[in-house]
Amino acid sequence: MNLTLRVWRQKNANEKGKIVEYKATNISPDMSFLEMMDVVNNDIIQKGEEPIAFDHDCREGICGSCSMYINGEAHGPARAVTTCQLHMREFKDGETIYIEPWRAKAFPVIKDLVVDRSAFDRVIQAGGYVSVNTSGNTLDANAIPIPKEDADDAFSAATCIGCGACVATCKNSSAMLFVSAKVSQLALLPQGQVEREDRVLNMVDQMDLEGFGNCTNTGACEVECPKEISLENIARMNREYLSASVNSKK
Amino acid sequence: MSKLDAKIPEGPLKDKWTKHKNSINLVNPANKRSIDVIVVGTGLAGASAAASLAEMGYNVKSFCFQDSPRRAHSIAAQGGINAAKNYQNDGDSVYRLFYDTVKGGDYRSREANVYRLAEVSTNIIDQCVAQGVPFAREYGGLLDNRSFGGVQVSRTFYAKGQTGQQLLLGAYSAMSRQINKGKISMYNRHEMLDVVIVDGKARGIIARNLITGEIERHSAHAVVLASGGYGNVFFLSTNAMGSNVTAAWKAHKKGAYFANPCFTQIHPTCIPVSGEYQSKLTLMSESLRNDGRIWVPKNIEDVEAIRSGKKKPTELTEDERDYYLERRYPAFGNLVPRDVASRAAKERCDAGYGVNETGEAVFLDFASAIERYGKEQANIKGLDDSDSKLVTKLGKEVVKAKYGNLFQMYEKITDDNPYETPMKIYPAVHYTMGGLWVDYNLMTNISGLYACGEANFSDHGANRLGASALMQGLADGYFVLPYTIGDYLADDIRTGSIPTDLPEFDEAEKQAKERIDKLVSNKGTKTVDYFHKKLGKIIWNECGMSRNKEDLLRAIDEVSALREEFWKEVNIPGSSNELNQELEKAGRVADFLELGELMCKDALERAESCGGHFREESQTEEGEALRNDKEFTFVSAWEYNEKPSESTLHKEELIFENIEVKQRSYK
Repeated sequence: MNLTLRVWRQKNANEKGKIVEYKATNISPDMSFLEMMDVVNNDIIQKGEEPIAFDHDCREGICGSCSMYINGEAHGPARAVTTCQLHMREFKDGETIYIEPWRAKAFPVIKDLVVDRSAFDRVIQAGGYVSVNTSGNTLDANAIPIPKEDADDAFSAATCIGCGACVATCKNSSAMLFVSAKVSQLALLPQGQVEREDRVLNMVDQMDLEGFGNCTNTGACEVECPKEISLENIARMNREYLSASVNSKK
Repeated sequence: MSKLDAKIPEGPLKDKWTKHKNSINLVNPANKRSIDVIVVGTGLAGASAAASLAEMGYNVKSFCFQDSPRRAHSIAAQGGINAAKNYQNDGDSVYRLFYDTVKGGDYRSREANVYRLAEVSTNIIDQCVAQGVPFAREYGGLLDNRSFGGVQVSRTFYAKGQTGQQLLLGAYSAMSRQINKGKISMYNRHEMLDVVIVDGKARGIIARNLITGEIERHSAHAVVLASGGYGNVFFLSTNAMGSNVTAAWKAHKKGAYFANPCFTQIHPTCIPVSGEYQSKLTLMSESLRNDGRIWVPKNIEDVEAIRSGKKKPTELTEDERDYYLERRYPAFGNLVPRDVASRAAKERCDAGYGVNETGEAVFLDFASAIERYGKEQANIKGLDDSDSKLVTKLGKEVVKAKYGNLFQMYEKITDDNPYETPMKIYPAVHYTMGGLWVDYNLMTNISGLYACGEANFSDHGANRLGASALMQGLADGYFVLPYTIGDYLADDIRTGSIPTDLPEFDEAEKQAKERIDKLVSNKGTKTVDYFHKKLGKIIWNECGMSRNKEDLLRAIDEVSALREEFWKEVNIPGSSNELNQELEKAGRVADFLELGELMCKDALERAESCGGHFREESQTEEGEALRNDKEFTFVSAWEYNEKPSESTLHKEELIFENIEVKQRSYK
């Protein structure tokens, strides 16, 4: 396959970026999208120019590092995959592909396709945990049976990889799907009950502070989420937030 | 000859850890506030250590090269975590987990460490459940288990095929809580470039801020390396692209001994290599061997027909298939340990029975499992279990519930549907048992420098059992290091904070800068990947699944020559004072080019077969690995000299008092 790439290049956070055109030649349909980028970068280096910077690590769809906005879609045209799991067989020979970074106020560009997603870490730091210290003396793991359905629902929410596709794809740059996945996981489990109210209030506060937008229920986040995190989580977080706002003793 | 003291506590095996914990020094809560600890790496070992140390009151500085601590490669572990809970009432116990692990490691691990690992394994599950880790459960609400290779009990806890992710997010949230409290200072996108040693003690690190390129000095009273394994020396592996040996290697060059570098694990079930452009390999969890059966055709004509597409694997009758693991190892069948399964696949493929175009693949088939589960479901639901369409449909649903995400991952990569046709798999580099030498307290031979998780060597011997890496990472970080480090830090309560303007920091920073300048100003003709791929091929071919003296001697020369070429010819665009991913890669590959040579040297010295280390000169008549206990019951701990293959060998003799050392058999 031969392709034309139009890629966002930006030297650093302070300089202006622009779209630059590259040719990708002799691409195998079995390559992953990032392997195609490796080939292009190799050509760029051979010419003595700086390769395109992009985040990537595990290349098996679980670390959440990769983050490319491809032809106007987060992680490209295929569903339920990250960019590293996207294969070139999804594209046609001769096609032009636009590649941009995640774009959101809360995710400033660091260089080329690399953005700063530390806002997500700060949202988790605001309450995305059960406050239990390490000790050899917690309850036996089987002391609290948890209905399988609840455990499975909690697991489904907990599979979020924190890639940020939900934010990138949302016209409001809302982080509601990400935040609600963690809120849901812990709200569904008995371990999360004690801090349930504070958790949702603090995490939502932090989310707003970081500059993420509001949710207008378009559902784009759910469509683009590589882990198919359900929109139901947002509904659950809204209920949690409302009930916490009314009941909180603070 | 040996300067190594493993500091194994006296007394009976089962009391060692308890007695040790009761006798070591403590640091009182007020004094902990004036003590700093650096933790490098935020995988299971690093994140759990950082969180636990901060909870105890120490000031922790945590470092990771990723953009968030949650992305460390433990996240990709699929299958599960072992613990001797005996919830299945199948006769499991701490001793049995200890026994399986020592036997699985082919009697090349340290008894006392492994016993402690088995002992704390049960605490890990309790701790993780308390954090809200959503393990798989049965309908009654209790935790579910499955079985892994090399054992005959079900002791593996799991969260679908994403156990590592769930455990890491548990440790990451514990860290996040401490970051929020200000007890952990988190340094994302930072890479450790050197350890700083002052008066014989590890007192800090030099790190590069990967966004600005700035070289930074960080001081502490102790330094913990939890920087993972070195599987990427092979270029192609199941490790993440960024996984590297730099932190451990720099410590090695500063005097820390590197133990058993040739003990690398080649995992039997990975998606085969498909082309030259390939950047990494993907694992298919060992849990699949609970239900998948591994086979190749019996007749070479069928192999050719399958390769050329004239026949489909599903068209072969049972009689025409060779379920070679079931044939060779009837007692363990498809659940033999990884080293055994990998070698058996290589044996079949070398004999010409590989089932893909490259001749390097075998089948992993779920048809029997689909039928078995389907019939079971039909019976439960009171439906006709002779209706094969219905049985297949019901069976597929069960398999999907168990392994859905793995099947999906396979299909995305290969464009083949594993519900309809058997998966094709081949062994690939997955884990490294070798690592920095540590004593019972997880301290290296440098005072105040600790290593935990995959970065150390101590618990898995010459072969790691499935679902034991997660166990070891969390055991070290949650339940071992936080205690043992206190014994050392108790002497530092009056030291005060360590200044970063000491000459030792000046010198380490100068060296790190010089090396970076050399790399960016080199402007040679070849890319970093060119060298990395070449190195990977040498190590895979000559120090991979099967090794011999002649190849290893040649490999040492080849790696050494390649390293020389690297420093002459490598080309790194851009500068050092910005985000420069080629520069990051170059630094890591430069270290792999040294480590690779030491691996070959270690493999050469160990003229026996054990675990994942198979020396062709040392095998039984049936082609099984043959240990030489008389000469090689020791840990090789290498001391750095200017040339890796001329390093000095120190031996730690391994003493087995609680387990009978036997030739390993899974027949």
